[in-house]
Amino acid sequence: MSFLKVEKLKKIYPVRTGGQVTVFEDVDFNIEKGEFICIVGHSGCGKTTILNVLAGLETQTAGHVFMDGREISGPSLDRGVVFQTHALMPWLTVKGNVAFAVRSRYPNWTAAKINEHAMRFIDMVNLTGSEEKRPSELSGGMKQRVGIARAFAIDPKMLLLDEPFGALDALTRGSIQDELLTIVQDTGQTVFMITHDVDEAIFLADKVILMSNGPMAMIAEIVVNTLPRNRRRATLHHEPHYYPIRNHLVDFLVNRASDITNGIQERPVEPLFVSPGLSASALTTST
Amino acid sequence: MKPSQTLVAGLLSALLLLTFLLSWHLATMPKAADQVVSDEYALLVGGAAAKGQESAFPTPAQFGDKLVEAISDPFYDNGPNDKGIGIQLGYSIWRVLVGFAAAVIVAIPLGFMIGMSPLMTKALDPFIQVLKPISPLAWMPLALFTLKDSNVSAVFVIFICSIWPMLLNTTLGVSSVRKDWLDVAKTLELNPFRKAIFVILPAAGPTIMTGIRISIGIAWLVIVAAEMLVGGTGIGYFVWNEWNNLSISNILVAVLAIGIVGMILDSLVARVQKHITYKD
Repeated sequence: MSFLKVEKLKKIYPVRTGGQVTVFEDVDFNIEKGEFICIVGHSGCGKTTILNVLAGLETQTAGHVFMDGREISGPSLDRGVVFQTHALMPWLTVKGNVAFAVRSRYPNWTAAKINEHAMRFIDMVNLTGSEEKRPSELSGGMKQRVGIARAFAIDPKMLLLDEPFGALDALTRGSIQDELLTIVQDTGQTVFMITHDVDEAIFLADKVILMSNGPMAMIAEIVVNTLPRNRRRATLHHEPHYYPIRNHLVDFLVNRASDITNGIQERPVEPLFVSPGLSASALTTST
Repeated sequence: MKPSQTLVAGLLSALLLLTFLLSWHLATMPKAADQVVSDEYALLVGGAAAKGQESAFPTPAQFGDKLVEAISDPFYDNGPNDKGIGIQLGYSIWRVLVGFAAAVIVAIPLGFMIGMSPLMTKALDPFIQVLKPISPLAWMPLALFTLKDSNVSAVFVIFICSIWPMLLNTTLGVSSVRKDWLDVAKTLELNPFRKAIFVILPAAGPTIMTGIRISIGIAWLVIVAAEMLVGGTGIGYFVWNEWNNLSISNILVAVLAIGIVGMILDSLVARVQKHITYKD
């Protein structure tokens, strides 16, 4: 059985003018332990709602989510969340923010042990030396690093990232992506991440979930990333699988995301797995 | 080198003070007695009238003498109607602190409860809106009637008038804690107590402190009026007593003292506020 199982997830929101709107329905997918999953789709397809349901911060209208065979029914320390807006407590220092999470996870630990644990994760995101600073003294990238350290520091079974790098400039984003990939590979962490950035998805994810446009959004395809896992930013675009995957994702977002919504494409009964990278290698070997 | 702004501002303040003192001096200078006071009349009414047209309002020099006198022996006690200004201020500060502390103890937990529950906010809002604008002095007769003790009544009036800004600001601060932080609290599985103490309280802290600062200011404004009514002790009573004595100099000394104590109270709270405020 998969580590995380999402079954027939559906969310209906009431509309202010009366009536209701189905944001998404029939969302089914699995995540295996140690997998890095990115979910991509246009605004309004319910990505954030799905993530919030996984986090336990929102409840679904119908469907089930199981983690480790148990149904998710509320927030839990087993799932670390990195928020879009970093959500650091401005009255605490960097170390205070991370230590606060550690103390919540391990209430019986001594202050010294909490401190040591917190410092290990601050070091992991390369913020040693800034641990006594307050969030207001940090750049956007550093704040998001603290958010990542805080989420990792509670030793969660799974990490949920809600478009964490959306507000960062390209250079900062690149270096944090590098750090995140290294940390995830070192720790074998299972990750579910929302992103708008196709390159970010290809660089980080093992599978990319493509959502059709809302309302009544659903999973259109799951793209398997066939690039080697030890990928590096500098050489990524030289990999033969890179452009076919990238083109496939961009094509989907630009041309095909609304196909299901507009009835051009049939609603898939179960998620369609595609590996555009493999067809590319077949192509290159044939020529 | 250009002089710093602080220095220039200080010099300007000193200049303004000097101008004020000078115009005060000129305005209260004894005028040449052009009106004839009959000797008989002077004999009849005593020294005051015989001094001619000298104003009852003191000159800066006379005020200065009184001020030095008041400061040099602020704690003397010659019976109920003659106590040093230090003692009177002490009574007032004590009343304000007791009433204010009681208000803090009630307003902050109550504000927390109201702020955490939108239902309570709506249910209690009409009461708060009606009670808030009531002048503290309007409470005084009710307080005297029910509490029967003038001293307790004065403290009660401080309590009732300083509770509203704190209650409203605590409610506001608690109900507007950013959702992000509450989500963090949820994902960390904080129990309600830890959530209240470590997330909501610090998040709402600056708003609560603003309420406290407004309250202490109001409490100090009100105590003077309240003590004029209840009498006995306190700086408000002192002012009223000196009015009955027609000692404008003493009133001026008291007015200055009220201002300075108010400033000190405010700056003490401001110092705490600075520690609690966070930059986002």
